[in-house]
Amino acid sequence: MKPLLMLLVITAPAWTKDTCLECHAALEGRLGKPAEQFKDDIHAHRGFGCAACHGGDPSSADPKVSMSPSRGFRGVIPRRQVPEMCARCHSDAALIHRFKPQQRVDQLAQYRTSVHGKRLAQGDLGVATCADCHHAHGIREVRDAQSPVHPLRLPETCAGCHADPKHMKGRAVGTAQFAEYRNSVHWKALAERGDLSAPSCATCHGNHGATPPQVKSVAAVCGGCHALLEEMFSRSVHKVAFEQMSAPGCVTCHGKHEILPPSPKMLAGDGSVCASCHESQSKGARAAMHMARRLAELQAANERSGRILARARQSGMEVSEAELRQREAADRLVKARVAVHTFDLAAFEAPVKEGLAIAAETYRSGEEALRERDRRRKGLAFSLAAILVTIGGLWLAIRRVESAPPGELGR
Amino acid sequence: MAVTETEPARRGWFEERLGLDSVRAFLRHKTVPRHSGTMWYYFGGITLFLFLIQVATGILLLLYYRPSPAEAYESVQFIMTRVEFGWLIRSVHSWSANLMILTAFIHMFSVVFLRAYRRPREVTWLSGIMLLGLALAFGFSGYLLPWNTIAYFATKVGTDLAGDVPVIGPWLARFLRGGDQVGGGTLTRFFGFHVAVLPAVTTVILGLHLALVQKFGISTPPKVEEEARRTGVPIPQMPFFPNFFLREMIAWYSALAVLGALAALYPWELGEKADPFAPAPAGIRPEWYFLAPFYTLKLIPSRVWIFEGEVVGIIGFGLLALCWVALPFWATRRDGSERTRLVTGAAVLLIAYLAVFSALGYFR
Amino acid sequence: MHGRVAKMAKRGTRRGLVQWLLGSGLAASAASFFYPVWRYLNPPEIPEASANEVSAGKVNDLKLNSAKIVKFGSTPALLIRTGESSWQAFSAICTHLNCTVQYRDTTRQIWCACHNALYDLNGRVVSGPPPRPLEEYTVHVRGDEVVISRRG
Repeated sequence: MKPLLMLLVITAPAWTKDTCLECHAALEGRLGKPAEQFKDDIHAHRGFGCAACHGGDPSSADPKVSMSPSRGFRGVIPRRQVPEMCARCHSDAALIHRFKPQQRVDQLAQYRTSVHGKRLAQGDLGVATCADCHHAHGIREVRDAQSPVHPLRLPETCAGCHADPKHMKGRAVGTAQFAEYRNSVHWKALAERGDLSAPSCATCHGNHGATPPQVKSVAAVCGGCHALLEEMFSRSVHKVAFEQMSAPGCVTCHGKHEILPPSPKMLAGDGSVCASCHESQSKGARAAMHMARRLAELQAANERSGRILARARQSGMEVSEAELRQREAADRLVKARVAVHTFDLAAFEAPVKEGLAIAAETYRSGEEALRERDRRRKGLAFSLAAILVTIGGLWLAIRRVESAPPGELGR
Repeated sequence: MAVTETEPARRGWFEERLGLDSVRAFLRHKTVPRHSGTMWYYFGGITLFLFLIQVATGILLLLYYRPSPAEAYESVQFIMTRVEFGWLIRSVHSWSANLMILTAFIHMFSVVFLRAYRRPREVTWLSGIMLLGLALAFGFSGYLLPWNTIAYFATKVGTDLAGDVPVIGPWLARFLRGGDQVGGGTLTRFFGFHVAVLPAVTTVILGLHLALVQKFGISTPPKVEEEARRTGVPIPQMPFFPNFFLREMIAWYSALAVLGALAALYPWELGEKADPFAPAPAGIRPEWYFLAPFYTLKLIPSRVWIFEGEVVGIIGFGLLALCWVALPFWATRRDGSERTRLVTGAAVLLIAYLAVFSALGYFR
Repeated sequence: MHGRVAKMAKRGTRRGLVQWLLGSGLAASAASFFYPVWRYLNPPEIPEASANEVSAGKVNDLKLNSAKIVKFGSTPALLIRTGESSWQAFSAICTHLNCTVQYRDTTRQIWCACHNALYDLNGRVVSGPPPRPLEEYTVHVRGDEVVISRRG
């Protein structure tokens, strides 16, 4: 098959006839749609025709010839054979090298390690193959915003099966993931801010080798981006404790798909995450309460400083330097929240103390600005009084000048 | 007159060298008519006073301001935060600019309603209109100097509109901007206009205006003149010095009080440094004195018959301005009588248009 | 006769009052105008508005292959001593989500702790989420003082 394929490819520019497209474009429905979609296909743009995958002879207008098995025609590729068919080219390093030297050629190998690949090998036809995610005929590059595997569209593509109860019937994996992911900070970063570096399904699960991370590897997966947090966590007491419980890092507290913005409520109070393991009044629970309280303190101090500086600014005082310094206090709050993951009160206290000191400093700046404002108003009052006295004098002078009989004042 | 012995000697020295006698004699004989509209006579003087304040505070600001995009905003921020009483000087300058334009308009409309444009005061009127234009030019050029976001985009819009003037538009826009875009070239140029070109031209025109006012004296409204003719009672006059002068001092001092209060209680904002690459913030507006024409242009559809809407608007404003400038010439009939109702009607319409469209431009 | 003298006497005292009011009013208001102007004319302690150039300390303050954060106008800047007499300075604000970056001397790269971004010593993104390189500043050494300034 391969030599034939090579021949087709090498002679591609010489083709003037592609009877597959010519006939099928004139058909309706199931038979016509692929021809229409193929116009946008990257393979078409690179000179591959229908025969590259389906076989047959595209130079003959006679269906008995063009679609003859003796010319290699295969018709619709059976699901189970799709990965191997695509891999005929896409695992051929020398071939792909002629089009995109940097493109990977191990997709099939990866696929075989995936849940989809393993199940397909066992005969489960309800799992994804290449054509389900990339589509069969209008295949676009991943970076094309209309491709179903573009980062912004990938979650919907996965959800096509994974959120469909009918499709997932009888499977253990459930269908809540997509809805949960849509509530998460990662989806918001991706969809609302357009941050293409934000994770979608494939970022954590892999794309061709799609497999949920094992318990031991979850922290490493999150740590791919959240490196500092993973480092802190792995040096903390929770790492060993979680390992003993066979609980995965990160997702035990933050959730798998519905990762929400963290808040001090996770530490203490009703429905806190810590309370789900730590009994109240235990060492852990008290540490959690302490951290929650200190975070609330720092946040309140920041808000106080923010309010007084805003008041000073609205009265016309220039407080941009103090407001800049206040940003450093806000930074410390972020650092403190991050430091929670060390689960070490000493490491946690350091940014909290710094933040409180800076907030106190900026609060004093705000007070000074308001005092300066009052001084200005007193100065204004003085000059207004002086002006009023002068105006009074002028008015009296006018009265004097105009009430005196002519001649008396020497005029 | 109770004078000490040394005074005549001192007086004599200055008089001999400066010829003050003629000035004193003139002042002694200068009078101001006294009638129900006398209070409007103060507004010219107040405008002059505010202009003098602008010159003084402007010179003070010049000591610290730097006219380049890299430093302009920071130097104004420096004046506001680090220089002692810098906030006061800058706020007074900004407030006084606005008050001056307001009093200039009031002065102009009071001249119209008191008919002070009549023969032989037509050139006084023309020089006055030129001064109003110069004041608006001062306002437009000065607005850009702090190089903040709102000023940058307002200048962009303003110079774009200049580009829509027929025939000379593109040249005019390029001349104003110092290039194809609003940038460092514009800032340098506007600075040059604001501190050198405009003051020089204003000095000449202002000198002419004041000299003509002294030459022809203060005009009396026709109604008062008629009344005097009818009853035979001469028009009551107030000596300029000291009566009117003292009153004018009260007016000037009150203006000072208002300025000080505004500067201290409502200091002028600085905003953020202009970023030419950032998109224009929503709701960019020029200063209030440009709001009426600005809003009118927004209302004109983008195409009127075969012409571009903005060009129609600009030509319209040009024609309106021309009519207004030529007021003394169509306000008086060939036989010398006044088209009083026409002039009053036109002035009231103009005031209404300016007030309504400025308000609309502000709130929409 | 008496009335006229009394009137003149009253005028006399009135005149005194008027003069006093005018005199003191003028003096006080003049003082309230000229005092601020006088203070304004005296240059303040820091005579320059420096948002385009900042002194970043002495040459010997930084060891080779180390860095520090310096306040530059309204934002932090990262100053790195890459060699005996070679320096680099960048805006310390990560172009991803505005966290403050830091220098990693072990790998000679600039790192952002928030999402593990890495920049090289030219400010270009090596890996991670940032969409743009770091803004680069110019560094001059004047005598024994290191000065950071904006480019262009």
